Amino acid sequence: MITAGIDMGTQSIKVAILKDNEPMSQELVFSGFEPTRAAEQAFEEALRKAKFSHNEIKHITATGAGAEMAHYSDSTISMVGAVARAGAYSFPSARTVIDIGAEEARAVRCDEKGTLLNFVVNERCAAGAGTFIEAMARALEVNLREMGPLSLKAEKASQINATCVIFGESDVVTLIHRQEPKPEIARAIYDAMAERISSMVYRLGVNPDVMLVGGVAKDVGFVASLERKLGTDVLIPENPEFAGALGAALFAAKRVGESN
Amino acid sequence: MKEDRSKETMEYWRWREYRKTVSSQNWKEAIIVAAGVDVGSVSSKAVIMTDDKILSYSIMRTGSNSPDSAVKVMDWAMEGTGLTLNDIKYVVGTGYGRINVPMANKAVTEIACHAKGANYIWGPTVRTILDVGGQDIKAIRCDGKGRVTSFLMNDKCAAGTGRGMEVFADLLKIPIEEIGEESLKVDVEPDPVSCTCVVFAKTEAVGLLRKGWPKEKVLAAYTRAMAVRMSKLLEKVGREKDFVVTGGQSKNIGIVTRIENIIGLKRLPMPHYEENGLDPMVAGAIGAALYAKAFYKKSQVA
Repeated sequence: MITAGIDMGTQSIKVAILKDNEPMSQELVFSGFEPTRAAEQAFEEALRKAKFSHNEIKHITATGAGAEMAHYSDSTISMVGAVARAGAYSFPSARTVIDIGAEEARAVRCDEKGTLLNFVVNERCAAGAGTFIEAMARALEVNLREMGPLSLKAEKASQINATCVIFGESDVVTLIHRQEPKPEIARAIYDAMAERISSMVYRLGVNPDVMLVGGVAKDVGFVASLERKLGTDVLIPENPEFAGALGAALFAAKRVGESN
Repeated sequence: MKEDRSKETMEYWRWREYRKTVSSQNWKEAIIVAAGVDVGSVSSKAVIMTDDKILSYSIMRTGSNSPDSAVKVMDWAMEGTGLTLNDIKYVVGTGYGRINVPMANKAVTEIACHAKGANYIWGPTVRTILDVGGQDIKAIRCDGKGRVTSFLMNDKCAAGTGRGMEVFADLLKIPIEEIGEESLKVDVEPDPVSCTCVVFAKTEAVGLLRKGWPKEKVLAAYTRAMAVRMSKLLEKVGREKDFVVTGGQSKNIGIVTRIENIIGLKRLPMPHYEENGLDPMVAGAIGAALYAKAFYKKSQVA
């Protein structure tokens, strides 16, 4: 049985295709200004990679901020629901799954079956989402991919008070003017972000094991800061940015199973 | 098409830094010369008072170093007056960087200073003050003597602040001092963008520009959102007549007009500050100078 999940994020669209719950292919395309078209493109590409045709797909489930824009989907699932499913699928021991998207962050509590038990969301402020790290890397004039390794070279962090992307940019510029070492500024940026995320997770309670998904999970600098703040190791799946799409595809398979 | 290079490199956020000597009175005839220095996160202001009159004042951008900014803005206010620091009996520091004002004898919170300053500028009928600074918004209630009775502030988010406006001036390439007028050039007020985060508002604004919205309409949607946010703070603190706006955004007619419409209360008019020195942007520094005079008097009695 072949199913597909599509995660219509604000910055990128992710598609995952499963055959009998096993990942066959995945594709990521930037949302751009025509997310509907980008979504079709991502879907076609994922199909091509998996060598499936349209009519072989039994069920498509959409999730993410723009889920309703994927008009060819058969059902939708909330991001928190999708992330809980993907969490338990990747690590059955995961009880807390943190998902950080470009503009939103969320933490869910789930059981070993991936059932959503509780969740908290940050959706009103860019300081607690991936955008924060992107904006700060720009202010620091460091490539986003290099900022993580750079921050690991620091023994301590500079002082950043900002809890806002806009103010954070000015803070970083001030620190550069003061000629503080870039690794220490980078570490301060990750610490500030980890502080925001952990205070959100505390509202839910830190239940081990803790798992991190979303594109930010690939950033070693952020992961190190988050582990320090939470005082626990964080599990990271192989393709963390596809967690939403994977969860949606798993949900699609469940729907097919129920209808049979 | 030939590109207008000067426009490409223009800093749209940049507002006018200026100084002014207001009074022609010889400061040597004054009983007390006192000063207030307000080091804000975005702008620094200094006011020198001879007894109850403003002698001179200055407004400039805060640099990356608070003590330096305090010294510079104070020097600028003294420029051409013949005054030196030794002639000034007492200095009060206020604002975000108030503990870093080297020449200050004392520091007072900017909330107290703004209430005192507003009372001086507009008189004893002022009861509600909205102070929109570079990095925060404050809604202040005060009594007839300019004493704070309650206040609320938003200091962790750029939404509604002067800094947020600067970001939009740059995005839309409209000089900051024209942004208020521009935002009012719409026939129908558009729905506001997100009022919870400047970053999200910016994303929405870019989307609207792509859709073909004219700049002034996008600006109206943003200004509306920020006015909604400020009005909420005012409603929460309980707005009462007379109402005034201080800080840099007091000069943003787009923000002020929308707030007046939302809360159903007009602010007291802007003073002719170019002539009398009562620039609402220096309300905090005026308040600080008034406190400086009072502290000095007290020290002489004791």
